[in-house]
Amino acid sequence: MPEVLRAPLVVEFPFTRSLGPVQSAFLTGLRERVVLGVRTTDGRILVPPVEYDPGTAEEIHDLVEVAPTGTVTTWAWNHAPRRGQPLGSPFAWVLVRLDGADTALLHALDAPGPDAVSTGMRVRIRWAEERTGAITDIACFEPYDGEPQRPDGHTGEFEDPLTGIVAPARLDYTYSPGRAQSAYIDALSERHTVGERCPSCRKVYVPPRGACPTCGVATSERVEVGPRGTVTTFCIVNIKARNLDIEVPYVYAHIALDGADLALHARIGGIPYDQVRMGLRVEPVWAEGARFPDHYRPTGEPDAPYETYKELL
Amino acid sequence: MTREIAVIAFAQTDHRRSTEESSEVELLMPVLHDVLAQTGLKTADIGFTCSGSSDYLAGRAFSFTLTLDGVGAWPPLSESHVEMDGAWALYEAWTKLLTGDADTALVYSYGKCSPGSVRDVLTRQLDPYYVAPLWPDSIALAALQAQALIDAGHTDEPALAAVGARSRADAEANPHAQLRGRVPQGDYAVRPLRTGDCPPVGDGAAAVILAAGERARRLCARPAWIRGIDHRIEAHGLGVRDLTDSPSARLAAERAGAFERPVDTAELHAPFTAQEVILRRAFRLGDDVRVNPSGGALAANPLMAAGLIRIGEAAARIHRGASDRALAHATSGPCLQQNLVAVLEGDPR
Ligand SMILES: [Zn+2]
Repeated sequence: MPEVLRAPLVVEFPFTRSLGPVQSAFLTGLRERVVLGVRTTDGRILVPPVEYDPGTAEEIHDLVEVAPTGTVTTWAWNHAPRRGQPLGSPFAWVLVRLDGADTALLHALDAPGPDAVSTGMRVRIRWAEERTGAITDIACFEPYDGEPQRPDGHTGEFEDPLTGIVAPARLDYTYSPGRAQSAYIDALSERHTVGERCPSCRKVYVPPRGACPTCGVATSERVEVGPRGTVTTFCIVNIKARNLDIEVPYVYAHIALDGADLALHARIGGIPYDQVRMGLRVEPVWAEGARFPDHYRPTGEPDAPYETYKELL
Repeated sequence: MTREIAVIAFAQTDHRRSTEESSEVELLMPVLHDVLAQTGLKTADIGFTCSGSSDYLAGRAFSFTLTLDGVGAWPPLSESHVEMDGAWALYEAWTKLLTGDADTALVYSYGKCSPGSVRDVLTRQLDPYYVAPLWPDSIALAALQAQALIDAGHTDEPALAAVGARSRADAEANPHAQLRGRVPQGDYAVRPLRTGDCPPVGDGAAAVILAAGERARRLCARPAWIRGIDHRIEAHGLGVRDLTDSPSARLAAERAGAFERPVDTAELHAPFTAQEVILRRAFRLGDDVRVNPSGGALAANPLMAAGLIRIGEAAARIHRGASDRALAHATSGPCLQQNLVAVLEGDPR
């Protein structure tokens, strides 16, 4: 078996999220160094607050300020902080029930080591210097042995409340395409196009994905296809994609390579966009050092008759 | 309930740290062929197909479509997908069979954990406003639950280590398991959990076939009848919950009929040792109940398949006469957030 192909794959997205009235008040409050909870109909104070009672599903919106001091209800020592976590040096994850609240908030506790942390210990909020209205406006908690601090009775009304947050997320992957697609990509880098034949229905799939969707069996027999092929159908692209250096309009087409039973898709060049047609015979054009064809161009042959490709549309 | 529905076949891959030489469909296809061969059915004979997987593991959108080639999706078939563990896909297939719209169903699920970092990936299932921005990883959240359990006096670190050791010892008899035999309890991953308290990260797939009534009897010598299934969820705020208990698991078990008569086997989806302690209490399992004879999720935890494997392992024990009445459990989310319970029975012998 050839070496497994691998490539880094980064999925990154700044999720933009709307806030309801309660979440807005809570996160705006953090920006102003005020912690707000919400009162349920049975009188419990939930911190962090939610818009619906987790017990009864009733809508709740009665905001109550709670103290920035509280008690650890459970903890876990994290000796190796990971990307994105609140502190870069070892810390404790904690659930903290703030004074005045009936439920606990998850955050980090800055402590010298696990021996300095225990369930029931007293802590207080350490505010971030720059606050934007996010849970990270609480930089972390820190040990605190003073009296419970008293809240000022804030109403939850703010001059400039937040209406949304942007929550960036990034995940890193190593992508491996598997056996069939690796063979396809390997062959392409030597300017060959290979498909795989189904042992049952004999169809040749390109690019091969390792299975025949009709028969549900593994395809394994490698078959060289192309390099020439026939345009089976196409569209004209009029919108320029970001980070793409291709002038619009251009043509994107389905191309049935000679010997293949499935059309693949590629850009058509070397011909004005409004002269591309079904049945046009094309061949790949390779850029210097490229691992795949840059585009396909007309070969100059007569067009293929409709009957020869109608099953491949 | 008017129709009897049974698990009649179960297959799984060998679970491994990485299957980077295989695409999703290449991983899955041998398992699909295995369950079909056990019953003599062809894909064209299957009335309904349902799968479970997650795009966040694959790092790409609509990743489940990659596996449809493996079930012979042309000509068109009746198919559905849940972005969850395959146990929930089985629940959907079970309801489909209950309606009488189909007599057989193929349920499969798969998870390739190797392309990404599972600890990071799983943070994306958390509350996006208050929790996910802190990136608390799956082991950290399980560790908070374990500490709560220790503080409540329900367990201690040696007892947790014994759960891990028993699971991996049992896995010696399971050729598919990823971790078998003596596995060092290791250093703290996130205290109080050591690496031995945590599941291995791995890739794998599983499939089962369900059939109704007489169809099940014709296709399987001893069908594993599903007497009940139910699934329940906790409040999503971790600080709202009592982390030492699993009321949702208990309620699901009650609604599935688990407490009507004792079970002899329980396959519990407890990826962390402390979670087995919680589930044993929630399900009131006595010492006479064989818990996770397969080794459970501590021996192999391919995400999105590990729950379905619990149902499959329980059913397979009934198929071969090692069990008469079994409880199978699947979980999803942090700290046993969601719980599904199925009660399976063999015909009296
Ligand atoms: Zn075929």
